[in-house]
Order: sequence, then structure tokens, then C-alpha cells
Amino acid sequence: MKKPTTTKVAEALAVIAVVGLAAIPLALLASRSLAQSWYWPRLAPPSWSLRAWRYVFSPTAEVLPSLAASLSVALAVTLSAVIVALPASRALAWQEFRGKRAVIFALLAPVLTPPLAATMGVHSLFLRYGLTDTWVGVALSHLISTVPYATLMLTGSFSRLDPDYEAQARTLGAKAIDVWRNVTFPAIAPGLAVAASFAFLISWSQYLTTLLVGGGRVRTLPLTLVAFQRGGDEAIAAALSLVFLAPAAAVAFSVARFLKENQ
Amino acid sequence: MLAPALVVIGVLFAGGLALAGAQSLGYFAPTGENALTLRHYVSLGDDPEVYASLWLTLKLATASTVISAAAGLALALGLRGVARRSRAISLLLQLPLSLPHLAMAGALITVIAPSGLLARVAYALGFIQQPADFPALINDRFGAGIVLSYVLKEAPFVALMTLALLARLGDEYEQAARTLGASAWQRFRHVTLPLLAPAVVSSSLMVFAFIFGAFETPFILGRPFPAMLSVMAQQRYLDVNLAARPGAIALMVVSALLTAALAWAYLRLTSRLIGLERPFIL
Repeated sequence: MKKPTTTKVAEALAVIAVVGLAAIPLALLASRSLAQSWYWPRLAPPSWSLRAWRYVFSPTAEVLPSLAASLSVALAVTLSAVIVALPASRALAWQEFRGKRAVIFALLAPVLTPPLAATMGVHSLFLRYGLTDTWVGVALSHLISTVPYATLMLTGSFSRLDPDYEAQARTLGAKAIDVWRNVTFPAIAPGLAVAASFAFLISWSQYLTTLLVGGGRVRTLPLTLVAFQRGGDEAIAAALSLVFLAPAAAVAFSVARFLKENQ
Repeated sequence: MLAPALVVIGVLFAGGLALAGAQSLGYFAPTGENALTLRHYVSLGDDPEVYASLWLTLKLATASTVISAAAGLALALGLRGVARRSRAISLLLQLPLSLPHLAMAGALITVIAPSGLLARVAYALGFIQQPADFPALINDRFGAGIVLSYVLKEAPFVALMTLALLARLGDEYEQAARTLGASAWQRFRHVTLPLLAPAVVSSSLMVFAFIFGAFETPFILGRPFPAMLSVMAQQRYLDVNLAARPGAIALMVVSALLTAALAWAYLRLTSRLIGLERPFIL
């Protein structure tokens, strides 16, 4: 069928918008981080310099320790959220039981309400048990928003898989571990990848929860970034934004590629 | 099987919420409060700053959600053909999604700040003489920078959710409508839109609930007064005077209850509009 011109125009506009949405913020941050003396009203910077980047990776900036803190928290949170979500989503997708709607509601509530109220309560709970200002406390507090997302997403994957496949494999004599490795895992792998990447991204970009529970002692990357954004050195803040973005984009990209290969 | 997830939700979310509720109702040990009282809620009700903040939050969350949903739907419809042919498009759509809100706010400042790129272009074209002449788009009265920042992040999210549904649906229904003589507008209004409604409704609900309680973007791009609810609660929570803390917690409890009520109303309304028996989500 021949496509009308309006469709072609709409398509072209949409593609331009997507490319712009992806490229423009990156180009802005990159040029801002490399520009020197880019004062009003210059349209382009008079010269370029690596000053901001050198500073970001110098020991005084303490960016590398915050990168390590962010990565370790996000990886631990992702792993725990997925481990907690797997059995729950399997039960939600395959089993009927009393109170199932209540469980789904309990999982949706943290997704649909501001996390700050619960975080404030958790803060006082952790104060009592000495978990404030600690890495463990921060990681635990990130579970509030990651576990529900991971569970809801994995429930979708399990409900598209027929539970009979597992039963058949067992009837044929496969051990539990083999059933998981050869039947269940390959089937839910795409959903697992999406759930894990969501958990990672949510934990990676937490600012306020980390600030409250970590008391400023657990300095993840967002805390350091805000310090520089408020501090007023735009070049350093831009360079740091790119450092902050890179792992998140890498995770999102590799998951998207993995999904395409699995289609 | 459910136990680990329920422990996490039960202790950290429900327990946290219950503790927050108790602290806002007069059980706040650090200041020696130890009796049931509604006074923190009463003083919220007497506080004009609270109403200003509530109104601002509602306005900005609604505006950002409506624009993101419309833009995201338009984007998905424009991209549906391309997305079928090329994988690069959905990869590109992932990028704004993974761009943290703080980084997006930072990138926007370089463009829309009073001495940003837009103002410099306006100067070069002779529209303005100095940065102060440029209309305020950050830390402004209307929250323009906040809405723009959210739309740039959330429209791709709505688009991705809608594209995923489009890929599953195929275009047989629209072809059938075309064969039966439906015009382009009729096909869109009576076939495509109702089919896509579930994706747009659930994604826009997530967007609204997120923005209503979000902190980073209004913290960077907004004014300190009136501030959006979470920013105001954070200011009061971290006040050097601990006596302000129960009031801050009460504010977030109100915000959580309000979001839940709005989400419920939105699901009821939309499911009736689309003609579903039961509200749906995800």
C-alpha cells in the first residue's frame, strides 16, 4: 500500500523528535563540560578545556568514591530486589489464593504514592537500630521502591509462561535446578532483564532517600552532583552529570539490545 | 513464596508509613511528644504556604502529565512504522528514559536560564539587551522549567509503553476499519485511540503519581516558595528546629493519601470512559 504524504511527514517529525530528545541533552552537557570562559553573550565558547574533567577525576573532587558507593548500592539493591521479587511474582502469576488482590494492592501502593512519607518513617525506625548513616540502611531504603516494580514486571513475564512447562520437565525427571536453568530462566530472561534494569535505574537515581537515610554520610553520585550543581560551577556539574548518566544509559542500552536479540 | 516480598513491603513501606503516621499524630520521641494529637494537621490547615504548595503541585503534575501523555502518544503513532523497520528507534528512546532527572535539569539550565543559550540567541537577534530581559523559565512563577523537564523525560516513557502495545496489536483493526470506509479521523478516534487507551492510561497514571511526589526536578528548577510538596516537606524535615519535623511528616502523609485518592479517581474515571468493568493497571 502506498503511504500518504502526511504519514511520511509525521514519521519524519517523530524521528527528528526522538533523535533530538536523545542527542540534545548529551550535546549540551558535553559542550558545557568542555567549554572555557563561555560567558554571556557568547553563542559559542571562545576555547575548550579539559579542566572540569580533570577536576572530576582528581582525588579532591571525591567523585570516584561516590561512583563506587552508587554502584555498590545499586548493584546490591538490584540483586536483592530481583531475588525477593522472583518467588513472589511466580506465586502471583500462577497461583490463586485468598487475599491475592490485597497483595497486588500492597505492591501497587508504593509505586503510586510518594515514597517520601514511608522514607521518613523508615528514617526513625533505622535511627532506633543504628542503620542511619550506613550503607546497609541506604540499600534497604532503596528496596521500598524497587521491590514493587520488580515484582509487578516479573509477574507479567511469569503469566505469559505456561506453568505446565515446568511440570512437564519435572515429569521427565529434571531436577529443580535443571528446570530453572533450562525451562523457567530462558522463558523469563527478557522480563528479568527489564526488571533488573528498572531496579538499577531507580536505585541509581535516588537522591532524597539517600540523603535522609544516609544522613549525607553515604555519598552516592547524586548527592555529589547536587553539591556541584548548587555550588555553581556549571562545567564541573555538566561533566559530573555525564559521569552520572553513563552507567544508567549503558544498562538501559544493553537491556534493550538483549530484548531485541531475544525476540 | 510471597513472604520475602511481603516482609520488605510490610516492614519498610507499611511500617514506614505507619511510623510516619504515628510521628505526625503526636508520637515524636525527639521532642518528647507522647500523646495523640491532631495539632500538626490542624496547623497545616492554617498554613497558607501549604495551600500554595498543594495548588502548585497539582497544577504542575497535571500539566506535565497531560502534555507528556499527548506528546508520547503522538510520538508513538508517528514512530510505529519506523519502529517496525528499525531497532535503533527504541534504543534511542531509552536514552531520555535513563537520563537521571538531575542531569536533565542540569542540561535544561544551560538552555533556558536567563544567561542560557536561548537568551543568547535572543540577544544576538536583538530581542533582548541583557539576561534580565529574558522571560524567567527556571525558578519562575509558573514552573515552566519543571514542566518542560518532566515532559522531555516522560513523553518518551509514554511513547515506549504505547509502542509496546502497538507492536502486540498489529494494524488489522485499522485495516478493517479502512476497508469499511472509515476516514482517517474516524479510524483514529474510534479504533486506534480506544485500543491504545490502556497503555496511555496506565503510563500517564505512573507519570502523575511520580511527579506529584518527586523532589529532584523542582528542587533544582523550582522556587523555594511556593515549592512543590516534597520540596517543602524536605525543607521542614531538615530544619535545624526538630519541632518542625512532625509537621513535615504530616505534610507527606497528606501528600501520600492525596496521591492514592487521585490515582483511584483517575482509574475509576478512565475505566468508565473506556468502558471497562473494573479499573485496570499495568
